[in-house]
Amino acid sequence: MSSSAPPILFDRALHRRRLDRAAPAFAEAGFLKARVAGDVAERVGGIMRSFERAVDLGARDGSFARALAEVGAADRIGFLIEADLSERMLAGREGARVVLDEERLPFAEQSLDLVVSSLALHWTNDLPGALVQIRRALKPDGVFVGAILGGATLTELRQVLLQAETEIRGGAGPRVSPFADAQDLAGLLQRAGFKLPVSDTDKVTVRYSHPLKLLADLRAMGETNVLAERPQGLNRAVLGRAVELYAERFAHPDGGVRATFEVVTATGWAN
Amino acid sequence: MTDDFAAPGVDPRLLEVLVCPVTRGALEYDRDKAELISRSAKLAYPIRDGVPIMLPEEARKLDD
Repeated sequence: MSSSAPPILFDRALHRRRLDRAAPAFAEAGFLKARVAGDVAERVGGIMRSFERAVDLGARDGSFARALAEVGAADRIGFLIEADLSERMLAGREGARVVLDEERLPFAEQSLDLVVSSLALHWTNDLPGALVQIRRALKPDGVFVGAILGGATLTELRQVLLQAETEIRGGAGPRVSPFADAQDLAGLLQRAGFKLPVSDTDKVTVRYSHPLKLLADLRAMGETNVLAERPQGLNRAVLGRAVELYAERFAHPDGGVRATFEVVTATGWAN
Repeated sequence: MTDDFAAPGVDPRLLEVLVCPVTRGALEYDRDKAELISRSAKLAYPIRDGVPIMLPEEARKLDD
């Protein structure tokens, strides 16, 4: 099957360095992660069973473990392994931790009861392949609850960067990651061998005082462009025009500008 | 209780579920060197502060 290997969209080594760089101040911009981890924790709490061994893929600063305690469901998990591509993200955590690449999971077949992941799998080059690996690591009837960013994420930024770059340079390259199509996540789970997959979409509108604050936050989350064939950095003229367009076109009713994040969450059971 | 003075060990429950990410083969835990050894991949994955680093690019290559 090597001839059908998926194209390398993302530079994983660069993504790892970006996460390492973001680690010390992650919590400041981690509101989205915290919100989504809270949602994943509620879903886990809503499944009426306990899980002996669980893995949080892309645990970052431990948002999921905290959220699970907040919804009073910490005792549902016997043993939680916090996993991340970035060693520095996990540095402040206690308990069982492992550094790994979501594209090459180091877990034995049928060894886990639960895998959760909030906002970490959108940078995988081969999401279907990663889901197959997750399903294989789960015991029969094991559960996966995953949240990824959907296609409407950062639609405003995408539009103004495209327009600004086209105006100034006469052409434009991809500046924002091609997120997985929201409606497809349940389908991907099904193709990966999960049964009863369900997914839903949550649109989060965030208000920023200034478009540059959004860019600063993305950097602080370790979420800036890691496309393998990313274009040269933005020049001052393009960035300036994009900021202008952003303020014009995407004002928030309460002042400042708005940015959309689309979060797609899906649950599936291993066979 | 001499282990109390050793480098932080890896939780045995974590070791139970880990395999080599390259070959999916078994791992041997070398407590003294703080490494997880994959004979099948000829790689030794480092353990830093009790955290296994399961990335081939961070692993030490083993001689034949």
